[in-house]
Amino acid sequence: MSEKKTRLTRREKALIRTKNKLSSPWATALSIVIAVLWTIPTVGLLVTSFRQNRVAISNSGWWTSLIPKNWSDFGFGNYKTVLGGGYNLGGYLINSFVITIPGVLIPITLALLAAYAFAWCDFPGKNILFIAVFALQVVPVQVTMIPLLTQYVKWGINNTFWVLWLSHTIFGLPLAIFMLHNFMCDIPKELVEAAKVDGAGDVQVFLKIVLPLMVPAVASFAIFQFLWVWNDLLVALAFAGNTPATAPLTARLSDMVGSRGSAWYLLAPGAFIAMIVPVAVFLFLQRYFVRGMLAGAVKG
Amino acid sequence: MNILLHPETGVEKMLAMAVAILLFVAVVALVLFITNLPKRMPSWGVALLFLFPAVLLICFGLIYPTVVTFKNSFYGRDGTQGVGWANYIQIFTSPDFLRVLLNTVLWTILVPLVATLVGLVYAVVVDRTRYEKLAKTLIFLPMAISMVGASIIWKFVYDQRVGLLSAAYTGIAKFFGHTVQAPQWLMNAPLNTFLLIFVMIWIEAGYAMTVLSTAIKGIPEDLVEASRLDGLNAWQQFIYLTIPMIRPSIVVVITTVAMAGLKSFDIVRTMTAGNYDTSVIANEFYTQSFQNQNTGLGAALAVLMFIIVIPVVVFNISQLRKSQDVR
Repeated sequence: MSEKKTRLTRREKALIRTKNKLSSPWATALSIVIAVLWTIPTVGLLVTSFRQNRVAISNSGWWTSLIPKNWSDFGFGNYKTVLGGGYNLGGYLINSFVITIPGVLIPITLALLAAYAFAWCDFPGKNILFIAVFALQVVPVQVTMIPLLTQYVKWGINNTFWVLWLSHTIFGLPLAIFMLHNFMCDIPKELVEAAKVDGAGDVQVFLKIVLPLMVPAVASFAIFQFLWVWNDLLVALAFAGNTPATAPLTARLSDMVGSRGSAWYLLAPGAFIAMIVPVAVFLFLQRYFVRGMLAGAVKG
Repeated sequence: MNILLHPETGVEKMLAMAVAILLFVAVVALVLFITNLPKRMPSWGVALLFLFPAVLLICFGLIYPTVVTFKNSFYGRDGTQGVGWANYIQIFTSPDFLRVLLNTVLWTILVPLVATLVGLVYAVVVDRTRYEKLAKTLIFLPMAISMVGASIIWKFVYDQRVGLLSAAYTGIAKFFGHTVQAPQWLMNAPLNTFLLIFVMIWIEAGYAMTVLSTAIKGIPEDLVEASRLDGLNAWQQFIYLTIPMIRPSIVVVITTVAMAGLKSFDIVRTMTAGNYDTSVIANEFYTQSFQNQNTGLGAALAVLMFIIVIPVVVFNISQLRKSQDVR
């Protein structure tokens, strides 16, 4: 349809845009204020995390250290302290990885199977079942926690990684199925049907045709599931039992804030250690992240 | 067996994880193998096998617990004595809980409104400027940070002695010739609730900005051109063209962020643990269920969250579908 319209060159379009922009100095000033407000607190924490002078850290703002009287005030000392010794954030970091990897892998695989069934199989009650799964997105996890915990205790598996993997899988499934189903429906019907005419069974179609085409969709959802599981606090507090054996970084950090006092100067490096992984993932896979976000991948 | 259930060293934990993944892969392989066995598996058979694991987990982990929690909300502390509506009556009559409800309402309204406004303004202002990509990444980054991390970041800003807010406060006072001491920001109700809410806005604005920016870029070029030829200035164009065109996206963003605000737990838990009049439903649920061991009251709070969230989600989903149809 755009073919018929008078085409503007890219330069003309850009010109129109720039002329139309809310380009008053106020707008520019506003955007700078927002950008600064959104960035400075994180920068402050970063600077704080490298300040080693413990007296200065609890008496002066981080910005005063930017004109150093003594360069040895800065260093990796705080990082060394939190990673080892009594704080042992290194151990909690391992827990975070151990919780997150299966917590992403399992729900996505199960959701891929389920989404395939909803997209490409015929069976009685399909629509009702799909709507039911879809509707379960409204359940806040809080509603399920105490009965789940009771069950885990009965089975003797509470405070283990197994309940964390199981819980994150359960809580991730409805949205995963819904989103992957949407992406799967975009695969051309002819492709699947042609393969079936050639004698391929559903398993072959699933593994050889659907899966390769689903890689970008899986990447989009995987980033979100990764961020939820890695950044989760509630599930960890409810099921991990706040011990070095199973608790992730978030739970430990939240605990350190509560009982701060002595650990005050260690919170900054601690927070940064917890941030590095998700921020790296986010920066490298930003494209998929935005894609998933636009498809509705925000847990309500 | 003990290593798998209670691994102690890092290596043992990795091992337990590897075993879990292998077990899971074996289960999936088995499902695929059985599906592939018969020469011609009927379609419903495939569906049955593919859906079985997911549906089983959903029934066990979502449907059954929800039913139990609804039941529990009419029982006492330990879930053995029926108390009728007592838990709900307590929530809606005791001053402490009314405070919690009021705070929750503030979170649910202020977070989406301000975050959307900031995101929208920012998206419009940086649209097609030279620094667009960098400018957007800066606002967007808090999305990737955990709420616990964000809480720590802002706890430093709100610190009475070394915080940036305190420095700004005393600095401005000094400018006007007063010498003041910064207050204990997070202990000062009702200001503290607004300070906590701002942390959530700081996180969610990036989401609003990204979705709205995509919507703005989706407005057809010829419409923009036509509105210009009709003599609309930038402000009018924003009000009469941009806003109506991206309305579905705005609604989706507001409702999505409203749900996030309603369920916010991490920030309150980490920054004040709900003390100094800052508690919200999600935090109170945790306190009652896991710290006070009051199962009945905790269940009632959870049910309340569920009931509040339903209309918002339904509305959100219908709008999301509409906006996706448009695209």
